[in-house]
Amino acid sequence: MMSDNAPVHAPTLVRPNLLARMEPWVPALLVPVLVVMGFLAIPNTPSWLTLTVNGLAMGMMIFVIASGMTLVFGLMDVINFGHGAFISFGAFVGVSVLLALGGLTASPSLALNLVALMAAVIGAMLVTGGLGWAFERVIVRPVYGAHLKQILVTMGGLIVAEQLIYVIWGPHEVFILRPEALKGAVTFAGAALEKYRLVAVGFGLVVFLAMRWVLQGTKIGLIVRAGVENREMVQALGYRIQLVFIGVFVAGSALAGLGGVMWALYQELITAHMGNEIMILVFIVVIIGGLGSVEGAFIGALLVGLLQNYTAYLEPKLALVSNIALMVAILMWRPQGMMPVIKVK
Amino acid sequence: MGILSMDILSGDGPRSRVLAVILVAILVALAFAPFLFPGSRALETAARICIFIVLVASYDLLLGYGGIVSFAHTMFFGLGAYGVALATVHLGRGWDALVIGTLAGTVLAVVVAFVIALFSLRVRAIFFAMITLAVASAVAVLVSQLSWLTGGEDGMNLTIPRELTPAFKPIDGKVFGTTINGRVLNYYLVFLSCLALFLILLRVVNSPFGRVLLAIRENAFRAEAIGYKVVLYRTAATCLSAAVAALAGALYAIWLRYVGPGTTLSMEIMIDILLMVVIGGMGTIWGAVIGATLFTLAQSYLQDLMSKAAEATAGLPLIPDLLNPDRWLLWLGVLFILSVYFFPSGIVGRLRARG
Repeated sequence: MMSDNAPVHAPTLVRPNLLARMEPWVPALLVPVLVVMGFLAIPNTPSWLTLTVNGLAMGMMIFVIASGMTLVFGLMDVINFGHGAFISFGAFVGVSVLLALGGLTASPSLALNLVALMAAVIGAMLVTGGLGWAFERVIVRPVYGAHLKQILVTMGGLIVAEQLIYVIWGPHEVFILRPEALKGAVTFAGAALEKYRLVAVGFGLVVFLAMRWVLQGTKIGLIVRAGVENREMVQALGYRIQLVFIGVFVAGSALAGLGGVMWALYQELITAHMGNEIMILVFIVVIIGGLGSVEGAFIGALLVGLLQNYTAYLEPKLALVSNIALMVAILMWRPQGMMPVIKVK
Repeated sequence: MGILSMDILSGDGPRSRVLAVILVAILVALAFAPFLFPGSRALETAARICIFIVLVASYDLLLGYGGIVSFAHTMFFGLGAYGVALATVHLGRGWDALVIGTLAGTVLAVVVAFVIALFSLRVRAIFFAMITLAVASAVAVLVSQLSWLTGGEDGMNLTIPRELTPAFKPIDGKVFGTTINGRVLNYYLVFLSCLALFLILLRVVNSPFGRVLLAIRENAFRAEAIGYKVVLYRTAATCLSAAVAALAGALYAIWLRYVGPGTTLSMEIMIDILLMVVIGGMGTIWGAVIGATLFTLAQSYLQDLMSKAAEATAGLPLIPDLLNPDRWLLWLGVLFILSVYFFPSGIVGRLRARG
């Protein structure tokens, strides 16, 4: 009989060991690990709690800014060094709106404060979205596929945009007070937690979840994700990837503007070059997260925000250096970043 | 031009009559600057031009030949400058301090460049731009904070050998109407060192090494396939360019007798370098000469012109703000974008195309 000669075929499913199954989740585990390390390094528990909230708030804001940039890179292989200009523009527009609505922000009513805040956010996002559209048309489109020129040209765009802020709003830094209801802090377990930072954490989380829902749960998100993985294939299936890309670019710019408003209220002080300064952290986040990965950017942003705050408390001079060290360590571990979506050449 | 002169230029002459005339004019002007343009402002400008020619040429080795964008060039420039400054502070006034400081700064720059290159170029050249930007910013922040070591925002003053200061007068009387003092000697130290460094760079880009860099810039994949280790060549270019930038920084510190974040490490200087490279012409070392000279002159004298224009249009809305001399970077930014689009080979490329 045939079956006697045939080799015994008894496939068994080898269950990968725990370590192997944990592998994809290691980056996400880094955040709690860092929080625990912070707890061990900082002797004073209330300070640690305050710093953790600060770090999360900062991380959320950086994520809001970085998410658009990483998607733009993933989708169209466009590296935008001018992203910082949208942060500054968003901050200036948002602050102008808030100053114009001084009556609403000064009232102690939370509802009126939120109306003013929403107006500022929407104004900033509309302006930076429009700016992003113009930026894509005029500056980025002619240099598709040429990284060197992209870096140079978008850097030029950044210079021009920064100078335009000086022309429009003048060369001075602008101070802004937070809306009345968001001033002050709440005390929790002996730690003073600034209200605004708690709001920023919640707001960032909402943006992240909304973005995940759009990317994972809607058709347009499907096209975007497919486009990040294989642009030509999506085109061949009949989608106009160019339109999708412009949409992502505009949305990314608007998110940077939103991040700018959030950052402005966080610092209560804005300058034309604030965007450029934030961009240093954003670049670190985009690199360690893995180019094109929204989840990677989220985890990266939280790591950077937390580490920045912990080190600023322990050894203020090393805050930025510690983030460089984090980047080096992660690149040694995963040269493509924590969760690379696209294989970078 | 004789065979000898082409040897000095490594066989890479200006290749354009107009360009050759301009270059000779710049060389003569710089070589006799103390005698042709009396006054300290002119001499300051001339020294700045010399140093920036070398700095921009070394940057072009990376950008124009290697096809890598770096934002850390001012950091290497600063490492050289701070190296000399720290050496003179701790070793006292003397030539040995200058030499030791310069060497230490240069070695440190090469080591840092090597480490950055190792981390970023291994994956992708595009990481390099972002990582250098982050590292350079961190270093700039660190230097302004570590005031016990670097003097912080105030910077440091250097004590240089007496022979290089205005107080030193080797001969009495004047030569061609100019008093020969230590300042003039210092200028010639800068000028001759820069000339030598420039010729070395010209030699490097026209060597087989430079050819391989060009090949990598054009098609890294193909260069790798032919058998050249792309990462190795790019790393070597980064280190070399960092070394020259550090030497230029050391010269700048010796010339200014001062070093601070504003003169060496700031982002503004990085943007200046980018503008000079692009306007002069990427991928031609001669572009550095044209770019640095034009830009530095414009920086010194164009702003006067803009303030006049702003006054003339004072009654109009918005236009005076746009013409405000503080806004000159706006126009340079526009010029920069336009040159990247329309004249990627810069002024030198244009002139060469005309023959």
